Amino acid sequence: MPEGKFCNKKPVDTAEGINELLSDTSGNDYYKEMKELEVDSDLLWKTIQNTVKSRMKTWLEICAHCGMCADSCFLYEVNGRDPKQVPAYKIQSTLGEIIRKKGKVDNEFMRHCMEVAWAQCTCCNRCGMYCPHGIDTGIMFGYLRGLLYQQGFVPWELKIGAGMHRVYRAQMDVTDADFVDTFEWMVEEYEDDYPGLTVPVDVEGADIMYTVNAREVKHYPEDLAEAAILFHIAGENWTVPSKGWEETSLAMFAGDWAACKMQVESVYAAMERLKPKRMIGTECGHAHRATVVEGPYWAGRKNGQPPVESIHYVEWLAEALNTGKLKIDPSKRIKEPVTLQDSCNYIRNQGLKKATRDIMKHIVEPGFFIEMSPNKEHNYCCGGGGGFNGIGLFRKQRNIALIKKRDQILETGAKLVLAPCHNCWDAIRDLEEVYEIGIRWSFLKPVVVKMLEIPEHLRPEE
Amino acid sequence: MHDLLTGVFFWITLGVCLIGMLARFIMYFRGLSWQLDRVAYTSYPAAGFKGAVRSIYKWLIPFGTYGWRTQPFIAIAFFGFHLGAVLIPLFLLGHNLFLREKLGISFFTLNADVADIFTWMAVASAFFLVLRRLVLPEVRIMTTRYDYFILLVSIAPFITGLLARYQVGEYSFWLNMHIFCGELLLIAIPFTKLSHVFLFFASRAQLGMDFGIKRGGMKGTKMAW
Repeated sequence: MPEGKFCNKKPVDTAEGINELLSDTSGNDYYKEMKELEVDSDLLWKTIQNTVKSRMKTWLEICAHCGMCADSCFLYEVNGRDPKQVPAYKIQSTLGEIIRKKGKVDNEFMRHCMEVAWAQCTCCNRCGMYCPHGIDTGIMFGYLRGLLYQQGFVPWELKIGAGMHRVYRAQMDVTDADFVDTFEWMVEEYEDDYPGLTVPVDVEGADIMYTVNAREVKHYPEDLAEAAILFHIAGENWTVPSKGWEETSLAMFAGDWAACKMQVESVYAAMERLKPKRMIGTECGHAHRATVVEGPYWAGRKNGQPPVESIHYVEWLAEALNTGKLKIDPSKRIKEPVTLQDSCNYIRNQGLKKATRDIMKHIVEPGFFIEMSPNKEHNYCCGGGGGFNGIGLFRKQRNIALIKKRDQILETGAKLVLAPCHNCWDAIRDLEEVYEIGIRWSFLKPVVVKMLEIPEHLRPEE
Repeated sequence: MHDLLTGVFFWITLGVCLIGMLARFIMYFRGLSWQLDRVAYTSYPAAGFKGAVRSIYKWLIPFGTYGWRTQPFIAIAFFGFHLGAVLIPLFLLGHNLFLREKLGISFFTLNADVADIFTWMAVASAFFLVLRRLVLPEVRIMTTRYDYFILLVSIAPFITGLLARYQVGEYSFWLNMHIFCGELLLIAIPFTKLSHVFLFFASRAQLGMDFGIKRGGMKGTKMAW
C-alpha cells in the first residue's frame, strides 16, 4: 500500500479531509499506514538538487565533527548526554545521509528521520550560536521537515494543523465569523468595567492592525478582551481585520511551505486592504517568526519585510509603558520573585531582549525580577517548541525535554514565570503538570491589565 | 626529486590551491539565494556587512565567544593548532627564503625560537584533537576515518618539518618529504574539508548576515556570539 487513506503525500485541503483525519483517533491508523508509505526517491533527490545550494551544502561539507555543538543542545543535556543527541550528529545522520544516498532511502529510515526532526530538535537555533563554522543545524532541520512533509512522513497533528491553514487560514477550525463574533462578545463582557471599550473591525488607515493566535479565539478568549482593554486604555487607534487575523503557522512546524505562503499572504492581504501604519501580533513566538521574520520570504518579498512595519506584542507593550501611554500603579507591581521566559523565536531569532526587560522594569518591584541562567539569546527552548508540544506520538520525549526549563526555573527560586509566548506558556503549564514544582505562569496581558492606572475619563461611573 | 618538488610541482600545487580557493569562494557567494536562505542579502548591504564582520571577528579571538569560553579545552587545542597552522607556513624563515627565491616576495619572519614553539604547539594540539576524538563519546560518534585523514594531512608537514629541522636521520629525505606533504596539503585545500580554510570566512559571513539583517541586527541588537 504505497499511499494510505490517512497517511499519504497529498496535503489536506478540504474540511472533509481534516475531519476524516481527525476521526482517526490519535492517528493510530495514520501511523500504521505510514509504515507502508513508499518513498519517492526521485522526487526527493530532485527537490534536494533544486534547493540545497551554497549555504547548506557548505554547512554539511565543512562540519568538522568537532562536537562543540553538543553542550549547546538542551536535548543532549536532558537525555543523559546521549551522543546520538549531538546536533551535528543528528543532522549528519538524517539529512546528510539522505543527500549522500542521493535520496535512495527506505521507509524505515524516513520514519527515523521524522522522529529526529520533530522529537530531537525544536529548531530553537541555539546550536548555531556555538558552532565555530556558523552552522545553524536548526535551519537544516526546518528544511528536512519540508522534505519529510513532501513525502508524507509528518506527525499526524501537524498534517492536520497544516491542513487547517490551507482550509481556514487559521491553525484551528476557527472561521472569520467565529473570530469577529468571539472578539465582539468578549469586548461586550467588559464594557461595563471599561466604558467605551470596542473592537474596531476592518477600519482602514488605523495606527495598529492587531493579529492573534486562533487558540485565543477558541480556548482563551479572555486574551482578546485583555488586548482590547490595553489598546483602549493606551488610547490607540487600532483595528482587527475580519480576514487575515491569524498570525500563527503550524504549517511552518510541519514543513508545508505552500501552506506557509497561503497563510502569511492572507495576513499581508489584510495589511494591503486596511493600510494600517503598523501590524502588531499577539504574545506568540512562532507566530511572529512566521508572519514577520520568515513570512516575507515565503511570500516572495525580496526585501524580507511584510507590507507594513510589523512588531511583536512585547515591542508595543514596552513602547506603551516607556512613553507613558500605559501607566502602572506602583502599588500593584509584582512583589514576589518572578522570572521571564525568553522565547527563541523572537529573542534569539529577532533580538527583542530589550523590550521584555523594559517591561519587567515597569511591572516588577525592583529586586524581584530574577533572570534565568542562561538568558536572552542564550536561553534554552521551553522544551516544547517547533511543534513538539502538540505531537502525541512524541509526548514521552517532550516531557523529558521539559526538564531543562524546569531546572532553570527552579534555580531562580521564582514561583511566577512570565511567558509571553503561547508555546512556552504551554510547555511551562505542562511541566508544572508533569513535575509539580509549584509554580504559576502567565502571559503579560493579564498581569498588566490588573496593575494599570486608568485615566479618569476612562473609568466607569461609580 | 628535490628539483621536481620545488619546481613544477610547487607551481602546480600553488596554482591549484589559489585558483581553487578563489573559484570556490566566488561560487559560494554566487550560490547564496535570498529566497532559499530567507535572508535579504542585497537589500541591506550595510547591516549584512556589519553582521558578517562581527561574526567572523568574534570567533577569531581566543575566548571571544560564549562557545569558546564554555569549552576552554577545545578552545586551547583549537587555537594552539590553528596558530601554528597559519603562522608557520607563512612566516617561517626557511619558507620566506624559498618564497623570495621562487616568487620574489617574502613576508615577515618569525624568530626561530618562536617558530619552534608554534610548531610544537601545533603538533601537541593535534595530538589532543585526536585524543578528544577518541575519548569523548559526543565527538567519537561523528568521527570518521576521513576526519583523521584530514588531521593527518594537516599535521604531516609539521612532523616532517620537525624531523628535518632536528635532522633525525637524513636531512634531505625529510626535507623532500616535508615539501611533498606541504604540497599535498595545498592540493587538498580546495577539494576536501580543508576548504574550511577559506569557507570558514564565507560560512561565518553568511550566518553573520542572517543575524545582521533578519535576526535582530536591524532591530539594533548585536548578536551576543
